[in-house]
Amino acid sequence: MSAVTSENLRPIGTPSEQLVAAARWRWFEFLFWGIAILCGLSMFAPMLGFNVPIIPSKMMLMSEILILGLLALSIDLCLGYAGLVTLGQGAFFGIGAYTAGLLAKHGAGVAPLSDPILGLLAAGLVAGFVGFATSFLVLRGSDLTRLMVTLGVALIVEELVNKLKDITGGSDGLQGVMSSPILGIWEFDLFGKTAFWYTLIVVFVCFWFCRRLVNSSYGYSLRAIKGNALRARAIGVPVNARLIQVYTLAAAIAGIAGGLLAQTTQFASPDMVAFHRSADSLLMVIFGGAGYLYGGLIGSVVFRIMQDFLSNITPQYWLFWVGVVLVLLVLFVRNGIIGLLSAAVSRSKGAGK
Amino acid sequence: MLTILFDGIAYGMLLFVLSVGLCVTLGLMNFINLAHGAFAMAGGYLTVVMMNWYGISFYWCLPAAFIVSAVLGVVLERTLYSRLYDKTHLDQVLFSIGLIFIATAAVDYVMGASQQIINLPAELNGRFEFLGASIGVYRLFVIIICGLLTVLLQYVIGRTRFGSRLRASVDDRRVARGLGIDVTGIFALTFAVGSGLAGLGGALGASILSMDPTFPLKYMIYFLIVISVGGTTTITGPFFASILLGIADVAGKYFVPSIGGFIIYSIMVLVLIFKPEGLFTRSTRR
Repeated sequence: MSAVTSENLRPIGTPSEQLVAAARWRWFEFLFWGIAILCGLSMFAPMLGFNVPIIPSKMMLMSEILILGLLALSIDLCLGYAGLVTLGQGAFFGIGAYTAGLLAKHGAGVAPLSDPILGLLAAGLVAGFVGFATSFLVLRGSDLTRLMVTLGVALIVEELVNKLKDITGGSDGLQGVMSSPILGIWEFDLFGKTAFWYTLIVVFVCFWFCRRLVNSSYGYSLRAIKGNALRARAIGVPVNARLIQVYTLAAAIAGIAGGLLAQTTQFASPDMVAFHRSADSLLMVIFGGAGYLYGGLIGSVVFRIMQDFLSNITPQYWLFWVGVVLVLLVLFVRNGIIGLLSAAVSRSKGAGK
Repeated sequence: MLTILFDGIAYGMLLFVLSVGLCVTLGLMNFINLAHGAFAMAGGYLTVVMMNWYGISFYWCLPAAFIVSAVLGVVLERTLYSRLYDKTHLDQVLFSIGLIFIATAAVDYVMGASQQIINLPAELNGRFEFLGASIGVYRLFVIIICGLLTVLLQYVIGRTRFGSRLRASVDDRRVARGLGIDVTGIFALTFAVGSGLAGLGGALGASILSMDPTFPLKYMIYFLIVISVGGTTTITGPFFASILLGIADVAGKYFVPSIGGFIIYSIMVLVLIFKPEGLFTRSTRR
């Protein structure tokens, strides 16, 4: 985070002016969301007579990328801002997916119950509640203890999902998830067009919320905790309360992401809670760079496209390449893709002067 | 009942041999090597290849598995792991998860995704009755081997000069280095022996534990439980933790199969909450 924030915090004006300046929207942010919207608009290209062969058929894939990005964003909130390592975010993702899935399945016909947006809120609430309940576990111990506790919680949730066959459908997954039209107007279609816009809007709202949060004084107190929890406590930051809050919030966001996936794919399975889900999403944050918010989003784009591409060449061995990339990243690159980019930008700026 | 106890102990002993290397390296260098299971998998698959492809006797496979895994361990330690000692725990975890992915995919590519089966020598098959318990010969064999190894390890660590250097390094790396102890060398050797033991455990367990490409991930959690319950400052801690875990797991799967994995995961989380340093650790805080 050093490269971007140190640039952001040039000594101009009063501290509050500096904070406002640091929170300003930048061109690459417009670029990012602009590209996302363009991807969505490309679905109309065939109607206008243009032939864009790839993108319209990848609507579902793009929705999934956005959803995984949201999950990665929730991890980034913990890891990149509060310095809270977690290997169990998949648990909340899965809880959200099953909450939304069950609501859509059993609430079908009862219009308000199966409304997707209500489903998402429920998914966020339930996951947030579980997050709150387990947040006390991550307050103690070192990084290692935290990793193992969060992993343990994720494994317990996975085990629960597998065993409670009557409710979750066990290893077959939750069948027959049928979401009613969004706000009673827009129906989910077969090609995932509605799903894409719906996902994009929800992800953007969540992102905007997180962006406001991390640029507030609250967000700076989180960074202080990441920097040094002991000193943060000494200057009056309520460390434990902050950690509980941010962990709960991250769980709720992960739950919303899970709910989105269940609604757009009309399916929920134990795969959504599995260990690789937690590991993958952590990898996305690391790929992209932790502590930028965009790290997770960009990481998920790269990760998912790489997965799609590599498993076309060598089906099922793409894990090998992920492993290789991961090892190289840890050994040679700091702060992932964004770290690389910002280093390149500052280098070219330095050369220009 | 006694049979379950016996099987549990055999399983626990096996877990101990598999995970003791990880405990020592974690205690020594504060390095989280989640890919420890990959070394066990290497030993297991070596046994499968040697026995099924080349018809080599099972008894030769065991030392071979130890040596090959140890060499593999020391090579990786010198080339890759040693770069990571100063990095954060998160980096170490990610790095070793990367190694797990590589190992899993590589084994999948070479050997296929199906579970590998080996045929044990005839004299190790079969069961006999003893004091009302039905005892599998092979499990007895495993207990004897692992028991001997445990005694040997305890002797080396407790009584030899190398052992006292090792203990000194675990207790305080900086001071040990200041006293002229070659911590790096000791660590490389320990890493090699730990990996070798994991390989041996994999070879021994090839017929008990299921040997397929997902092995490192599947058993990672068991290793972590052993560490979290047993602590990393002694080897008696992990030993008792392994035995307990083995018995709890076997008994749990036998008596209440429907909630199987719950018990051990819950135990791990509970122990971590109340005693983050492990159940059996001496209460030395640094």
